[in-house]
Amino acid sequence: MLGRKLGRDLWRLRLSLFAVAMVGAVGVANLVMARATLESLRESREEFYGRYRFADVFAEVERAPEALARRIAHIDGVAAVDTRVLAAGRAELAGFGEPIRVMAVSLGEPDSANLNAVYLREGRLPAPGERRAAVLSDGFAQAHHLRVGSEVTLVLHGRRQRFTVMGIGTSPEHVAQMDPSAVFPDARRFAVAWLPRETLAAATDLDGAFNSVAITLQPGASEAAVLAALDRVLRRYGGRGAIGREYQRSHRYLSEELRQLDTMARTFPVVFLAVSAFILQVVLGRLVASQREQIGTLKAFGYGTWRIAAHYTGLALATGGMAALFGVAGGMLLGARMADLYREFYRLPWIDFHLSSSLLGIAVLVSLAGAVAGAALPAISAARLAPAEAMRAEAPSSRWVRRAGRRKRLPLGQSHRFILRNLQRRPIRSALTWLGLASGTAIIMMGRFQNDAIELMIDQQFRRTERHDIAVDAVQARGRAAQRELERLTGVLQVEPVRVLPAKVSFRAADYRTAVRVLDDGAQLRRTLDSDGRPIAAPLRGVLLTDYLARMIGAQPGDEILIDPLDARTPPVGLPLVGTTSEPFGAQAYVNAETFDAVFERSLQDAGWLLAVDRRRQPAVLRALDRRPYVAGIDQRGLAIRNFKDGMANTILTFTLIATSFGIVITLGVVYSAARVSLSEQSRDLASLRILGFTRSEVSYLLVGELVLLALAAVPLGFAAGHGLAALLTAGFDSDLFRIPHYIILRTHAFAGAVSLACALACGLGLRRRVDRLDLVAVLKARE
Amino acid sequence: MTTPTFHASDLTKTYRAGEVEVQALRGVTLDLYAGEFVVLLGASGSGKSTLLNILGGLDVPTSGEVWYRDHRLHGAGERELTQYRREHVGFVFQFYNLIPSLTAHENVALVTEIADDPMPVAAALASVGLEERCDHFPAQLSGGEQQRVAIARAIAKRPDVLLCDEPTGALDAATGVRVLAALEKVNRDYGTTTLVITHNADIARLAHRVLRMADGRIVGETRNEVRATAAELSW
Ligand SMILES: Nc1ncnc2c1ncn2[C@@H]1O[C@H](COP(=O)(O)OP(=O)(O)OP(=O)(O)O)[C@@H](O)[C@H]1O
Ligand SMILES: [Mg+2]
Repeated sequence: MLGRKLGRDLWRLRLSLFAVAMVGAVGVANLVMARATLESLRESREEFYGRYRFADVFAEVERAPEALARRIAHIDGVAAVDTRVLAAGRAELAGFGEPIRVMAVSLGEPDSANLNAVYLREGRLPAPGERRAAVLSDGFAQAHHLRVGSEVTLVLHGRRQRFTVMGIGTSPEHVAQMDPSAVFPDARRFAVAWLPRETLAAATDLDGAFNSVAITLQPGASEAAVLAALDRVLRRYGGRGAIGREYQRSHRYLSEELRQLDTMARTFPVVFLAVSAFILQVVLGRLVASQREQIGTLKAFGYGTWRIAAHYTGLALATGGMAALFGVAGGMLLGARMADLYREFYRLPWIDFHLSSSLLGIAVLVSLAGAVAGAALPAISAARLAPAEAMRAEAPSSRWVRRAGRRKRLPLGQSHRFILRNLQRRPIRSALTWLGLASGTAIIMMGRFQNDAIELMIDQQFRRTERHDIAVDAVQARGRAAQRELERLTGVLQVEPVRVLPAKVSFRAADYRTAVRVLDDGAQLRRTLDSDGRPIAAPLRGVLLTDYLARMIGAQPGDEILIDPLDARTPPVGLPLVGTTSEPFGAQAYVNAETFDAVFERSLQDAGWLLAVDRRRQPAVLRALDRRPYVAGIDQRGLAIRNFKDGMANTILTFTLIATSFGIVITLGVVYSAARVSLSEQSRDLASLRILGFTRSEVSYLLVGELVLLALAAVPLGFAAGHGLAALLTAGFDSDLFRIPHYIILRTHAFAGAVSLACALACGLGLRRRVDRLDLVAVLKARE
Repeated sequence: MTTPTFHASDLTKTYRAGEVEVQALRGVTLDLYAGEFVVLLGASGSGKSTLLNILGGLDVPTSGEVWYRDHRLHGAGERELTQYRREHVGFVFQFYNLIPSLTAHENVALVTEIADDPMPVAAALASVGLEERCDHFPAQLSGGEQQRVAIARAIAKRPDVLLCDEPTGALDAATGVRVLAALEKVNRDYGTTTLVITHNADIARLAHRVLRMADGRIVGETRNEVRATAAELSW
């Protein structure tokens, strides 16, 4: 019999329970989307790394004889060694006038260990003797619609050579295909070109030598020991310090992305499932209240406490089951879409997007647990009712009546008093609805927060910190003459050198491998800014650190920071930390040029230059730069900004749409179920008012007014919750690669507030039909 | 005599519940005059409430005509009926139908706020002897007191007609008398045309006129030459 009652109750409450289930489904979808994407990316990455032999250790060196490879292979713990030639340069494509940076990588020789092997999407590897054949990175090839057989011109060390595209692919080393100096992948203006080793060695004068080595470790080998040994071997040849995978750029980016995804998978589903448990509590709470007499009768007939509690738990389980069903399906759809987005940035050869059985289990379990948690209170209160007590109608709480009676009379119309009293009469439910609505607002805010924060990052990085028009890298570090030559080009207004020294920055036991930027007094094109955005100069006696880096190594101003250059020629030097700079990207150290020369007893040569250029002369300047043999790569800042925005636009739009629709689902779910509950509780009162001559609109106003009032009150709480979520996310996303600022513009608040209110209003008005159909005569026939 | 306040002729009302048709009214013709106190008696299911609801604009007849002064109530739309109830009718029901979350005062004020020329809320409560209890919620009042609040609420807007469906149905004798006394006083003081449905023939002694219904028709009418006062009733 209880089974049939369960069926009837489900049917009667179908829309309310559906609304609850949808909110739960959104939480489950979120969980499934983030975790399935995370698992799929992680597994696809591991498989790619394994099958294509991603190296464990990398080292760059100025020039080492090939014979050194044997010595490296003998280092304890080394499994395989692959020497390579790397060269930074430019590419030229017919019909594309913008500068393109290229990272040229030598292809493995037939007898090599062939680490970081190329996965070919198309075409084949150059055959021996095909000296003008190249394999291009798939992101770049796709962006320019290049196919096997296309022609591309590469400018390496000032030599311009034409190549035929023989293959298109990717490698574990270049899953994130981006220039080392860029903060964001730019598929149109960056390419990896895998070239036959002889060709590349000839272009870079590295015949019989190498400038990069990749190593895999034996299982159980100590990475630190190998790094140290490798550094010792390479020292004499201009070694720049060996790194483990965790510092490998592409790997870092992908790992960081996965970490963020993990943060999301932990944050959002909790919010949604909590809200859905809240609403379920409200809906079932009302159901129990309205069935007091039935419950009493059942118990009087001898149904046990557990049977009754199980009955209401059954309703919850049905709801949770529905949430799991919709949530898993929706999560898979959204996850597949996410995986597509990731494919654009992370060029894994395959992303096997799938739902693991353990994730499916977790999703179902979590949604059922959320639902049961929501049902717990109402089920217990139902089961605990004594039969006699239950059969009496629920008395209004005498405490409430006493308190309400003592309250001073506000100068309000009775309609508003009616609304307020109804809210006060059920303080817990009103509070839960209020919280639920606020979380909807907060989620909608989250959808646009990214956009706001990224706008601010762009402003901070590309307008306030970096202020050049063109950035140029040198093929090899150069003396002052090049700068003077660049200054004389027509259209060039100002030139500032870029001088960086890769170094380990440490304080006590903590260290971090980064670059020391050496700044001239009064440098204008790349500034260091404090946390208020004011320029702060690199001090004469001391060092500036990016605030994130200072925090990471636990250094305070005044502490002595040890700077240990990776080139091994320069001995480490201690400098006091004088201040911190605030910048959204990277983590580095800044030292004044004079100070640097004094304490390191050497000057750095220029690794590149930043140029301020007369906008109208920019094309002429670019042409002139193209002809300089010492120019490796060229960057136009305007394009970098545009690219950054374009690149993020799609992702942001997707996230905004997802978050906004999630927020709307929450808001509608909360409003709808709250409104249904209010309507069922108040239908008698509302019908009485209609009898007294209140119009349909006046009566609807009472119902809608309650919702709108709650929604209005929820807006400020929603803003606070939105900021809380933003704080949680920014903290979770914080990394040495970039920091997302906690920054939300006014428009985002307005949008979130307006959408929530509109949902509340729409839902309220949707119930108007039911108000119009109130049966006036029926309420006269029955006592409450 | 003057023109009637209510004029109904040949009213029928048929309820259709699935296959079954129930004829609640089978041709009712009646006139009610200004200032009259009329009691409607009849067995359960005879159609009393149906008739009262049609007169009060809560329901519409299946056929026949019903006029309130020059307002045509048959075939009137939802909007006109609401307007009619709001301006002219006061209701009192067996189960009071007070708003539990509002105090006695507020329940009355609810109606005076939407009325054109209401009496002060305090005066309405005073006329049913409840001025002391104005800040109490329905749950803090006895059934009889709640019903008197309902009467105060009904009369506060100075309605032209007062329609009462078993106003004492849920009350004991002594309490019922107080409620009836309140109705009688309203009828006397304000000249409000009053129609009271009851199962208690004794109450009929209060009326100017007593109508009897059976099986959806009015089957009898008596006029009390001498009206009893509420205090004289014994039941
Ligand atoms: N909504 C309805 N649907 C179907 N039949 C109805 C409906 N309302 C009333 N009836 C029927 O109409 C007839 C008259 O009902 P009405 O309520 O007018 O009787 P009544 O005289 O007021 O009875 P009571 O003294 O018991 O209140 C009854 O037979 C009743 O069953
Ligand atoms: Mg009746």
